[in-house]
Amino acid sequence: MTEPLVDVHAHFLHEGCGRADWKERNARRLAYGARIGITVHIASILGSWGHTSPTYFPSPEDVTAGNAAMRAIAAANPGRVRTYITVNPNFTEHAEREVARGVKAGAVGIKLAASRRADDRLLDPIAGMAQEHGVPVLQHVWQHRRGEVAGQEISDALDLMAVAARHPGATFILAHIGGGGDWAHSLRALVGVPNVYVDLSGSGVDRGMLELCLACVGHARLLWGTDLTMDTGLAKLRVLEAMGLPAEDLAAIRWRNAARIFRLSDAQAAGAAA
Amino acid sequence: MPLVDHNAMVGVYPFRLLPEPTPARLVAEMDRLGVSYAWVGHVPSIYYRDAAAGNDELAELLEPFLGRLVPVPAVNPAWPGWEREIARARRLGAPAVRTWPAHYGFAASGPAMKALGGACAEAGLELVLTIRLEDARQRSRLDVAGDLLGADVRAAVRAHPRVQLLVACADRACVEEVHFGSTPDEAARIRWEISGIWGAPEDHLAHLHRVVGRERFVFGTHFPFRYPDAAVARLELTE
Repeated sequence: MTEPLVDVHAHFLHEGCGRADWKERNARRLAYGARIGITVHIASILGSWGHTSPTYFPSPEDVTAGNAAMRAIAAANPGRVRTYITVNPNFTEHAEREVARGVKAGAVGIKLAASRRADDRLLDPIAGMAQEHGVPVLQHVWQHRRGEVAGQEISDALDLMAVAARHPGATFILAHIGGGGDWAHSLRALVGVPNVYVDLSGSGVDRGMLELCLACVGHARLLWGTDLTMDTGLAKLRVLEAMGLPAEDLAAIRWRNAARIFRLSDAQAAGAAA
Repeated sequence: MPLVDHNAMVGVYPFRLLPEPTPARLVAEMDRLGVSYAWVGHVPSIYYRDAAAGNDELAELLEPFLGRLVPVPAVNPAWPGWEREIARARRLGAPAVRTWPAHYGFAASGPAMKALGGACAEAGLELVLTIRLEDARQRSRLDVAGDLLGADVRAAVRAHPRVQLLVACADRACVEEVHFGSTPDEAARIRWEISGIWGAPEDHLAHLHRVVGRERFVFGTHFPFRYPDAAVARLELTE
């Protein structure tokens, strides 16, 4: 059996995104995933991806439609695709309903984009539900925010650590360390923060990034992922391999850490549906 | 087909630690990834006012590795004696020189670029422009040199009717803007290095191969800033 490889940060499109090529693009992600050796894509859809409400501030209707579409994609690819429930914390009751519905349908995580800063108390009910259901929260992060940016209410590691400190029994994932911003700021902040994991996705492939990930966070809190660019995910995997990590440390980053926090069996991490 | 890295550099960077930005490490990475040889610039020369001093350092650093590492000196056409750096590049057997308009403080549309473009054309040297060194979102507050714009590249290719450009670290939008904002003759004098272009599954590189022409793109890693594995993976996954 090929060793599992779990992508903890994948995205798919759907008909409501307004893109004529949505099916083709989804198929490409799965095809490239097969070439890279991804056994499980853990994925989300952020509403309509800007088509009918903003990507990072999706309307409740778009959140619901996106989550339903994500469930349909997972159902069409049993075992290979698993789902996050996307929520907009500004609509608390709606978010709670989406989480409850998603978990019941088999979702393995909660996805927070940039609709509300991560240190805000509005995230508390969502973090509470994450803990209650034993699913992690993937928080979109801008590594070291130094001001506001258009289109997002950005959060950085310090913001995420605030909610993580209020919910020590919940597990959080700092999204895409290579997704933009000063990754060194995030990594230095996350030393000794046991309930915050770091996903390695993003287009950024700065030399030194992975070395600092290991130094500050350690292999036991790192999760492999791709986000929008799968070639950079493959590159980071190869860099980790070339670094000569012990096999068990590499396996932790490839899949074992993900299997633990998403509660996947070894077989499920390898792509089994059951 | 030998793999040639058209965008490597050596030397320290003022704003963050670049692990082992040395010729020896570069060669080790090339050996690991199957890269035959590399065009190599010098990071400190971007920040020295007198690029000639940086070129002295580059020549000394690369001397033990000639054959694998090909020097690509820096030229600041707004600094006295820059023509001697063109002559030095020819003596060293360099295929190109690099210039940094935003860092050296001259306009790509101005007389300095015109003079440099002409000198490169006469000397048979390709002129390398770099759109950005790092993502704008992570830069130091002291790092105030902006990205080059498509307009800068278009101005540079118009600086002389025979100047040949190699543009590093551009993204899809920049490539398309310049390609379709240039005459066919101008576009034919521009090559693009791939380290800044997204690959799978967005497939920007594959798209650009189709609309701009595969022959206009060259392999490059942007070492020591980026893991060179990324450019290799990009090629591997580009259909």
